[in-house]
Amino acid sequence: MRLRTLNGEVAKVAARGDAPPRALTDVLGRDTPIAYTFIAPAFFLLLFLVAYPFVLSLWFSLSDARVGETGHWVGLDNFRKLLGSDTFRQTLQNSLVFTAAALGAKTIFGMALALLLFRIGRFKRLIRGAVLLPFIVPTALSTLVWWWMFEPLYSVVNWTLKALHVVNRDIPWLPDPYLAMFTVVLVNTWRGLPFFAITILAGLVAIPKEMYEAAESDGAGPAARFWHITLPLLKPVLAVVILFSAIFTLADFNIVYVLTKGGPINMTHLFATYSFQIGLQSGQIGQGAAISLFLFPILLMIVFTQLRLVRKATTYE
Amino acid sequence: MSSRRRAWRGVFTLYMPVAPFVFFALFPLYFMAVTSLKKNAELYDTTTVPFWIGRGVTFGHYQLLSSDTLFWSWFLNSLLVSLGATVISVALGILAAYPLARLKFPGGDSFGVAIFITYLVPPSLLFLPLTTVVTKLGLADSLWSLIVTYPTFLVPFCTWLLMGYFRTVPKEIEECAMLDGCNRAQTLIRILLPVAVPGVICAALFAFTLSWNEFLYALVFVSPAELKTMTVGVYSELIRGDIYYWGGLMAGACIGSLPIVIAYVFFLDYYVSGLTAGAVK
Repeated sequence: MRLRTLNGEVAKVAARGDAPPRALTDVLGRDTPIAYTFIAPAFFLLLFLVAYPFVLSLWFSLSDARVGETGHWVGLDNFRKLLGSDTFRQTLQNSLVFTAAALGAKTIFGMALALLLFRIGRFKRLIRGAVLLPFIVPTALSTLVWWWMFEPLYSVVNWTLKALHVVNRDIPWLPDPYLAMFTVVLVNTWRGLPFFAITILAGLVAIPKEMYEAAESDGAGPAARFWHITLPLLKPVLAVVILFSAIFTLADFNIVYVLTKGGPINMTHLFATYSFQIGLQSGQIGQGAAISLFLFPILLMIVFTQLRLVRKATTYE
Repeated sequence: MSSRRRAWRGVFTLYMPVAPFVFFALFPLYFMAVTSLKKNAELYDTTTVPFWIGRGVTFGHYQLLSSDTLFWSWFLNSLLVSLGATVISVALGILAAYPLARLKFPGGDSFGVAIFITYLVPPSLLFLPLTTVVTKLGLADSLWSLIVTYPTFLVPFCTWLLMGYFRTVPKEIEECAMLDGCNRAQTLIRILLPVAVPGVICAALFAFTLSWNEFLYALVFVSPAELKTMTVGVYSELIRGDIYYWGGLMAGACIGSLPIVIAYVFFLDYYVSGLTAGAVK
């Protein structure tokens, strides 16, 4: 990409009739020192507090480091142990279920909400403002109220279900492994839905009205317009939102930590909470680092796909 | 179709379907407020209707929070950390975004990609090694540990957002200034920044919100009770063993959310634009 812009500069300079070599060093030489000076603070911050910790984490994962001890090289032992451990395999499965369920719910309901918000005229700001609220309230604090709402004895959800005679006994939301997974997915959906809805809405606004008018005059009904215009044109936005959310859903810590701490019987542990438990609470930093590193290949895959999407979008412009 | 009939159709096809979404979004927050204002006798009585306050409002939970816990210290800590991290991140973000948006220099594209990758790194990937780094730097159990580490996820976000914003400002006004003898730093401060104020406000709001809401680093790096931030303090100090002070917890959650909600009410449009810019651009 840089090569192309460089050639572009050369072509421009040549077209102006200047001597290319001098002008080229001029273009590069004048701005380079100032660019590096401006970037230096951010660069060194990220070098020392992101890149270095990452390398450190690789080293930890290959050692038997414990809190306060440097540890020795153990090769791939940590990873081997993890893959053989039932709890870790359960964590892998939980992460998959949690991410797939939450992403699915957020995509479907986010799309529905965006389509509704798009057509709403009156009270537009009020409704958008209300719907966005869960996303900006501190998650650790809002999860507390969900915990209270599903509290075994005083659950407002159970109270309502009993009052409506849907059930006649309390439902054990958090003590039951499957219901606990349902609950953490529900809370994650509650928090993440606004992000999906608002971003998809921005995508909807960008679709030219003429396309709908043309389709309508060709006799396309609402469903046909959705499948043949809205969905295909939303694809890039949807892809970015889903990929972006995939990382942060998979890496979620707050909701699970506050609601279930990974229980009951490890059935809601995700990489982050399990790594927290092993790495900090039991002090096995090496093992803990290995757990969180499982996030990395997935992260890399998503970054790669996103970059390709971004590049594609810019070449179309 | 008469306008009246169209209005009715709108009620059925738009406002009624959107109502469950609004209810789903707001009910937990409403319930948080209601619980924080209820007397304990009513709170723990399963025969009363839980949706509203039937036996009088009490501010007892708030008073208890104020007098029996370090609540206001946590509040102040959160404020200090969020302001510090925001100032650092917006400053570094502006500096890094400018050359990435405007200048051509070797390594520029690679740095842009690196910023993008760090933007997507979740805090839960690096908290273990960062604990070691923070301890080695002598920052463990001090607010500085958070002021220094929050920029690791805020700087990439601010840079990314401002880069997009700077690109929308026409180059010509800067070129004029440079012809008049301004250097790059002067053009950035005197010409570009005044035009880009909305972008900077947006970056600052998001940086502040993300810092205020942060939980994992604050939980791991700082353990003395008086140095905790809002989110961690309410969670870990109000739950003792198996005894939950639900009224107090909800009161803490309410006040802890309040600064962000106030900022949000005043700057709704900035939040919306920042949210979509972060993902779409």
